[in-house]
Amino acid sequence: MTAAIEVRHLTRRFGQFVAVDDVSFDVEAGEIFGFLGSNGAGKSTTIRMLCGLLKPTSGAATVGGVDVNTDPEGVKRRIGYMSQRFSLYELLTVDQNIAFFGGIYGLDDAALEERRAFVIQMAGLEGRENTLARDLAGGWRQRLALGCAILHEPAILFLDEPTGGVDPLSRRQFWRLIDDLSKKGVTVLVTTHYLDEAERCHRVALIHAGRLAAIGTTAEVKRVFADRPILEIRAGNPVEAMRQLDAMQEVESTSLFGTAVHAVLRSRAPAADDIRARLTRSGVRVHSVTPVAPSLEDVFLDVIDRAGNRAGSAA
Amino acid sequence: MIGGKALAVYRKELRQIARDRRTLLILVFVPAFFLLLYGYALNWDIRHIALAVVDRDGTYESRALVASFVNSGYFDRVADVHGPAEIDRLLDLNVARAALVIPENFGRDLSNGLRPQIQVIINGDNANTATTVMGYAGSIVQSAGAALAEGELRAPPVSIEPRIWYNPELRSTLFLVPGLIAYILMITAVISTAISIVREKETGTMEQVRMAPIDTFSFVVGKSIPYFLISLTSAALIVFAAMLLFGLPMRGNWFSLLVAVSLFIAGALGQGLLISTVAETQQVAFQAAMLSSFLPTLMLSGFIFPISSMPVALQVITYAVPARYFLIALRGIVLKGVPIGLLTPQLAALTAYALFMLTLASVRLARERG
Repeated sequence: MTAAIEVRHLTRRFGQFVAVDDVSFDVEAGEIFGFLGSNGAGKSTTIRMLCGLLKPTSGAATVGGVDVNTDPEGVKRRIGYMSQRFSLYELLTVDQNIAFFGGIYGLDDAALEERRAFVIQMAGLEGRENTLARDLAGGWRQRLALGCAILHEPAILFLDEPTGGVDPLSRRQFWRLIDDLSKKGVTVLVTTHYLDEAERCHRVALIHAGRLAAIGTTAEVKRVFADRPILEIRAGNPVEAMRQLDAMQEVESTSLFGTAVHAVLRSRAPAADDIRARLTRSGVRVHSVTPVAPSLEDVFLDVIDRAGNRAGSAA
Repeated sequence: MIGGKALAVYRKELRQIARDRRTLLILVFVPAFFLLLYGYALNWDIRHIALAVVDRDGTYESRALVASFVNSGYFDRVADVHGPAEIDRLLDLNVARAALVIPENFGRDLSNGLRPQIQVIINGDNANTATTVMGYAGSIVQSAGAALAEGELRAPPVSIEPRIWYNPELRSTLFLVPGLIAYILMITAVISTAISIVREKETGTMEQVRMAPIDTFSFVVGKSIPYFLISLTSAALIVFAAMLLFGLPMRGNWFSLLVAVSLFIAGALGQGLLISTVAETQQVAFQAAMLSSFLPTLMLSGFIFPISSMPVALQVITYAVPARYFLIALRGIVLKGVPIGLLTPQLAALTAYALFMLTLASVRLARERG
């Protein structure tokens, strides 16, 4: 089976700045593929290249078998795109927005009517067909924007931070829609910086400073911690605890997770009790020290940390 | 041959405009408001000039002369004074703008066939006004003098009877209104198109549209036709308003007018589109649209300042101002009834302007999308 999206050595420069640096990956048909990274990491630039909106500086990519370099218009016909801004026309009603997007995708009247009914039902907008888009609440806007992006039944869907500014309930509802689409065979490439959303993806790619830092299922990418246990420390003064932990030989890095501190250890050697004793000795009131399974956030911070060290040693 | 995609854009744009009260107001009523404002304020005709009178003669003839000043309708007799000091004071205080001084023996000299001198003092702080006032005074004195001397002076063997065509009363409004129409159309057409596209950039819908397989041509056509129709409506509105309120005649052919107006609007829309490809925010778009439409149309089109009296360098620049051609065509059609064939150079220039702007805008839009 050929991949729905194939990316080979994709690079994009803006002047001196390298926004996307030699990125390669495949996305299988029907897969939900998460694209993770902080703001400015190169997620949106990659998506824009894959959508035929931005020419790559070098490298190649095919989307639905169509080359983005040679036939960007062909790519546009095969994909749906929804951005974090839920770009709808505020002054048009729900129906009018659907009619417009159906029109520019070239749907005929019969197809438009059928898809309109589908989108209204999918987004739960029954009875709101004549409401202005600007009067819709976030969740509805988001689902309507998704509906407008899939009016032409694309096989591949790009979602650029599709859940920003939406309440948790709507987010969950939205992800259910994404799951449904995926089950019908639609390939979904979604960028997000909500790491709980990343857990819902079949596979994820972590991008940092324009480079692909990790790729695989969430379990696979967490395997970077196979030999490096993570301890979660709850203490009266987490900042002081962090300072003490950083000073310890066996602690590779620390980070704050809410009021708790995560410490990544260099090896399996020291036990939790040992760390706890040493912290207490240096005057930190320790509530608990427990080994925890790595979260995607740990992976993410680890990636950034190591990229920072690389840059540090290069300089 | 508008395709389905262009039609979708066209429908969407009309629906948006219909619901966007503010834009609609700007497009339809601001032009009419501008016309009223400028139409009444921009008026070079000078009437009711405050006149101080020094009549040292006090005869029938001198009183007749004063009466003919007042009866002309241009002058209001605001004061009768006796000496130069008083004239100074009245002019300084701006109570009087002009003074008429009739010397002693004016009546007697006139009866004796001599040519008595009278003095007219005009406040020259506004040179244009002063020149006009001087012209009025000169012609009043001439005709009054001739009437008073009748029978005793032979009529001059040759006399000039000027007749001014197209605008016999020399009302500056008739000259200004066509310029106003150009000015208003230019501003509204350029601004509305520029803003409408930049707003789509700001709200992100432009990006959404770019992701769709719609060609630039369909997009531009669908986007501009609503503004074209609205500008045309607004043009009709101001032309009719000008006829009703300012007695603008229509001596030419309506079809010629439609052709000239359509070409001019098409170019202005193209200019708006072009601006929208450069500007990223509505504010920048608004300013660029204002500067590129309002200033040249006001200063360099012949709307207010005659092109023939500009320095050569500026005159050269006016060839690039589309309103220049539009004004000649408009004044020609409306005031003179010039047949469309004689306006070929102007219409050709307007066609070139429209083609140039629309092509350049489309090319830039296409590149931006690619």
